[in-house]
Amino acid sequence: MLRMASSFPEEVLEHVFSFIQSDADRNSISMVCKSWYEIERWCRRRIFVGNCYAVSPRMVIRRFPDVRSIELKGKPHFADFNLVPEGWGGYVDPWISAMAMAYPWLEEIRLKRMVVTDESLELIAKSFKNFKALVLSSCEGFSTDGLAAIAANCRNLRELDLRESDVDDLSGHWLSHFPDTYTSLVSLDISCLGSEMSFTALERLVGRCPNLRSLRLNRTVPIEKLANLLRQAPQLVELGTGAYSAELRPEVFSNLAGALSGCKELKSLSGFWEAVPAYLPAVYSICPGLTSLNLSYAAIQSPHLIKLLSHCPKLQRLWVLDYIEDVGLEALAASCKDLRELRVFPSDPFVAEPNVSLTEQGLVSVSGGCPKLHSVLYFCRQMSNAALTTIARNRPNFTCFRLCIIEPRTPDYLTLGPLDAGFGAIVEHCKDLRRLSVSGLLTDRAFEYIGTYAKKLEMLSLAFAGDSDLGLHHVLSGCENLRKLEIRDCPFGDKALLANAAKLETMRSLWMSSCMVSYGACKLLGQKMPRLNVEVIDERGPPDTRPESCPVEKLYIYRSVAGPRFDMPGFVWTMDEDSSALRLS
Amino acid sequence: MAMFAKDDLKATELTLGLPGCARGNKRALANDTNEEPKSTNNTTPDAKKFSNDDRENAPPTKAQVVGWPPVRSYRKNCFQAKKTNAEAEASGIYVKVSMDGAPYLRKMDLKVYKGYPELLKALEDMFKFKVGQYCERQGYNGSEFVPTYEDKDGDWMLVGDVPWEMFISSCNKLRIMKGSEARGLGCAV
Repeated sequence: MLRMASSFPEEVLEHVFSFIQSDADRNSISMVCKSWYEIERWCRRRIFVGNCYAVSPRMVIRRFPDVRSIELKGKPHFADFNLVPEGWGGYVDPWISAMAMAYPWLEEIRLKRMVVTDESLELIAKSFKNFKALVLSSCEGFSTDGLAAIAANCRNLRELDLRESDVDDLSGHWLSHFPDTYTSLVSLDISCLGSEMSFTALERLVGRCPNLRSLRLNRTVPIEKLANLLRQAPQLVELGTGAYSAELRPEVFSNLAGALSGCKELKSLSGFWEAVPAYLPAVYSICPGLTSLNLSYAAIQSPHLIKLLSHCPKLQRLWVLDYIEDVGLEALAASCKDLRELRVFPSDPFVAEPNVSLTEQGLVSVSGGCPKLHSVLYFCRQMSNAALTTIARNRPNFTCFRLCIIEPRTPDYLTLGPLDAGFGAIVEHCKDLRRLSVSGLLTDRAFEYIGTYAKKLEMLSLAFAGDSDLGLHHVLSGCENLRKLEIRDCPFGDKALLANAAKLETMRSLWMSSCMVSYGACKLLGQKMPRLNVEVIDERGPPDTRPESCPVEKLYIYRSVAGPRFDMPGFVWTMDEDSSALRLS
Repeated sequence: MAMFAKDDLKATELTLGLPGCARGNKRALANDTNEEPKSTNNTTPDAKKFSNDDRENAPPTKAQVVGWPPVRSYRKNCFQAKKTNAEAEASGIYVKVSMDGAPYLRKMDLKVYKGYPELLKALEDMFKFKVGQYCERQGYNGSEFVPTYEDKDGDWMLVGDVPWEMFISSCNKLRIMKGSEARGLGCAV
């Protein structure tokens, strides 16, 4: 067999490997034999690092010398909900510095939940001559000055996507740094920015980029200006409007409707800040081709939504506020038979009383009427086991099921008992479930179901649930494919964690906050598991000033081949092998 | 309008007692009128009386748990306080704002603000002062300025005691008190 492997010239193998893009397959190839490992590492062009602290830049560069595209993720998911204190980490600078020297031909950088600085952006702009794509998803730490550097220097830039990032928006002037000779823009997402930008500069940029396919504007672009932009870019496939509101003026309306009808390729709409119903019909002409609609910033009532959705038979993705109500979701189920993904966000998440008539019934309708629905994020205020069971039976093809019952520990409103059976039905029927978020009143029994049935589950989010360590034990011992587990405010402690320590090395990460894991257990875990970084996050001060049995505030455990990190702030301690709390600063 | 003018003169009159003294200090009763949130949050050991992440110094309008429900901050800023009927959105709630020692009054639209932190910041910017740290027991500590308002009963109340919605529907006018008068109102009884 060895002879066969080495009888193929390298170039041939390299050519064969070039058809294999998936990371998992590439990893498998590299394990066949030493020569395949060598050939593969020289020709791998795309790297995905799910946790930027799992490996060091130096290690990545040493193994893969010629990378063109890199994706990095930083902070844990719960950072989205402000559970990770400011300054925790996720800095991209060391990666950019290392890659600036090692990868002169780098084309794409995709970052999620990382801290990016203007210095890094300037370094990117200067170092990579063929730079094509910058995607900063939920990032922070940079300003529009950094963006100006990118605009001014990256002649081959195709994609600039700042989705949901927190940018220090000094002014809209940065956009004018794209030179007049720059024409290669394909995708621009500046929806997270707050400043007004020079509309003329924007219009000219859009006008001179014939390949522009995706344009997501920010809130400051008024609806009156939208038509002009669209006329410059009738080839758009994705459009994010600015503020979608004005007094109804017939000429503005007809101008907009006309411009939109000229965009024959348009498949996706978003934006719609402050949307008023009067201007919604302007999009009707393109609705028949629409596959994705994000109305989650639009406080539009259900009658208008129903009317709009009735024009969208090809809709595959809908994000909407709970103003849609049960009646609107019923209409959705009837109009949009191709629906794949639904997200219903709460319009008023901080009141206990429902402000809209949206209940479990809406989800039941959609799961019944939409045969292709496989991904759901649903906020509501009441749920029942009966409804969940119906949903599970209707829609066994769920791959992602995230239910948030707004009030923690809400029981089944019909039986006043726990929702164990309902979620049990979900995991039992939906055999391909990869992502699950549970809520409401749940006992350890719910986790027994999850551990028993959710064999393909990769990501699980828990909050205010369970009775004892047994719950956590069920999950850790039963869910064979679990990669990410995030837990808050659950009565899980040391026993389950220590008993399943080995499992943690098979996962990307575990987050536990406001649980009952003691400092002593964290130290023990850090001691016994050298390939895990066990980070204690505690803003009360050093954990060794409190008894060992005292529970830690927050705990983040992740596997790593890079060892403990050294960029931690004062409130994070890594539990090291020599059983002392390690923090170098 | 004449009525307002008369009241304003009263506010600048020299008095020996605290404003609203004639009817007794109602602040001690303010807590009774606080709506208890209808939720199980308060009875569970995990419920924290932390405000929402982006209202660090604000008096909590109800017992809110950090990061719950799991909604991203940029979404919260978008739709809170959105009203569904157009009239409500069109009309503002304009109240007079006075500050002890300032030569003239200002007017503010309370509807523009989503909560106490924004209002207090706006007041700070408008009159160039700093408000102290609010706590339920003792009022505002650390500053000689105390924000107060006159409610529908004509009583002078401390800004921040009642839920925001209740405040904007009952506030007639605002007054930033300064100096010894302020200290009297701000301290625990």
